[in-house]
Amino acid sequence: MNAVLLIDFGSTYTKLTAVDLDAQQVLGTAAAYTTVQTDINEGLRKGLAELEKKTGKLEYSAKYACSSAAGGLRMVACGLVPELTSEAARLASLGAGAKVVGLYSYQLTEDDLEEITRTAPDIFLLSGGTDGGNTANILHNARMLATLPPTFPIIVAGNRTAARECGRILEGHEVYLCENVMPKFGVLNIEPTQKQIREIFLKRIVEAKGLRQAAVQMSDEMMPTPSAVLKALKLLADGCEEEGGVGDLVAVDVGGATTDIYSIADGMPEKMNTVYKGLPEPYAKRTVEGDIGMRYSIRGIVEAAGVKKLSAVSGLTPERVEELVSYLSQHTDVVPNGDEELEALDQALASMAVQTAVARHAGTMEETYTMMGLTYVQSGKNLMHVKKIVVTGGSLIHTKKTEKIAEYGMYSAEQPASLRPRAADVWVDRSYILAAMGLLSSHDPLCALHIMKKELEKHGHSEQENS
Amino acid sequence: MEKKEKKVLVIGVIGADVHAVGNKILYHAFTEAGFEVVNLGVMVSQEEYIAAAIESDADAIVISSLYGQGELDCRGMREKCEEAGLHGIPLLVGGNIVIGKQKFEEVEPRFKAMGFDRAFPPGTAPETTIEALRELLHMDEVSGT
Ligand code: B12
Repeated sequence: MNAVLLIDFGSTYTKLTAVDLDAQQVLGTAAAYTTVQTDINEGLRKGLAELEKKTGKLEYSAKYACSSAAGGLRMVACGLVPELTSEAARLASLGAGAKVVGLYSYQLTEDDLEEITRTAPDIFLLSGGTDGGNTANILHNARMLATLPPTFPIIVAGNRTAARECGRILEGHEVYLCENVMPKFGVLNIEPTQKQIREIFLKRIVEAKGLRQAAVQMSDEMMPTPSAVLKALKLLADGCEEEGGVGDLVAVDVGGATTDIYSIADGMPEKMNTVYKGLPEPYAKRTVEGDIGMRYSIRGIVEAAGVKKLSAVSGLTPERVEELVSYLSQHTDVVPNGDEELEALDQALASMAVQTAVARHAGTMEETYTMMGLTYVQSGKNLMHVKKIVVTGGSLIHTKKTEKIAEYGMYSAEQPASLRPRAADVWVDRSYILAAMGLLSSHDPLCALHIMKKELEKHGHSEQENS
Repeated sequence: MEKKEKKVLVIGVIGADVHAVGNKILYHAFTEAGFEVVNLGVMVSQEEYIAAAIESDADAIVISSLYGQGELDCRGMREKCEEAGLHGIPLLVGGNIVIGKQKFEEVEPRFKAMGFDRAFPPGTAPETTIEALRELLHMDEVSGT
């Protein structure tokens, strides 16, 4: 046996997974309640005790950890044009596992600065202009940021012509100069920035979030949890040197406050008569819907879907839906626990969360009638051909209706322009191992791949049948 | 700060127009002639030209229209440029910019009135277009004078 311990320091739970590399299997999982305010090590100790009950005492040859503790990695990004460099900066931040808590375009105003100060991000990403393009905007924004006290690091990843000058303007701040997130029109170059984000996370954020003590016990550097999940999904889709993956996939994680969507797929137009518009998107793409969540963001689901729809899906009256929603938004720790009404509502909420978030993540296809007939204009990723949906997150893995809920992430005749999967198998991450497998993938990808293929439970086949 | 070495052009075919051949030829001709070219391809909206011109700090926008709807598609372009902060950016348009065979002496003033700096009749050669750009962008003047 060669046991390895994988740890996910969450904001409320520390989740542990013990894996035997030799047998390529999970030995056990455990979770313990944690608060960063007290001590992250406390949660780890409790979790380990819990785990030991299941696995017996183990000697670990290595320990790896990721963290989304203390609000995760909170970033504010800023670019020039909303659909171009601002979008590139947003995609870069999300893909690095950050939560984008503010996004700005064009010139920052004094009001924006006040808002940024209140937001107090962990990292600020400053972009704008293609290489050789607009410099005025990013220089203005650098000057504005320079007036703030240097409380957060700033990554400058805009027009290279202005990079050094931004650095000089921001003297006294912790500044990192990076390659442009959009060096040419329509070309994304987000990896250098993501690498920089990870480095800052290690150097600075781990310390600030009270994770240092835990970090020194690990065999490798910590990473943000969402970026571990993204790594796991990439491995699952692409496979590794020794073995192939399962192909293109979409993954959904509906949480209490936010909903994360991942897609591992190229998603470019499939047909000749389709014109692509807008920024090409990353092959491994992550988006976070900050207004869509089962408890803290329950209102966002209601706003997006409407009470009528929630009533129709849950079978409860609209009045009852409103009552329960208002109750749950006040009592964020309530779980259905066998209560039939709450169960029905939670299913409807999760369904609508999945529908809204996947629709926002996926691209769209517009039909344009030209004089020679139909032409198609695609923007964003086409995920119609994707054959696998991986589902994770408490609200989805604890219900038996996972498959029904996941169906709402698929193509529907109601929203024909939304390029969501037409027909896909639903895979459920029941024992919550994705983040752990992402950690393991850096060290033993084949083992992580085998475990995922084994542990992710196939939950049937879904087709565009929701209405 | 470094000075831009090349003049930047944003080009594309406006509206629901899919005529792609002329656009590719212009892209190569402009690049050959030493311009930095941001090519938006076919079916380009006014907003896309403007967004690309802002990010790339473009020196001119060159619009093609082949299918006859040019006049409709180009309406309001100058106003939107002004609104977006692209003050006085040179706007050029060419291809087959109106329906059928109309006298170009009558067509040209209509595009000028819309705020276009130059409008060109069908069959304008790339060389003529490049010549016009050099003139509009004062590229033949000796620098420093
Ligand atoms: C090939 C072609 C098509 C193909 C296009 C294939 C493709 N994806 O590229 C298809 C079959 C799809 C097509 C469809 C249509 N077409 Co058609 N097509 C042509 C054709 C035969 C050749 C176009 C071409 O490639 N020319 C070669 C290139 C190199 O020349 P160019 O495009 O004109 O570009 C040059 C110059 O115009 C100039 N230029 C271009 N832009 C600019 C900009 C500036 C600023 C300047 C200075 C110069 C400049 O430089 C370019 C390079 O040298 C022309 C007729 C013709 N001989 O031109 C008709 C023509 C353009 N089409 C025409 C029409 C009407 C249509 C349709 C509406 C037909 C229909 N009823 O279905 C549709 C419209 C579809 C759409 N939504 O766009 C008409 C337009 C009439 C008008 N403007 O009044 C034309 C002129 C034919 C005609 N005589 O009636 N077409």
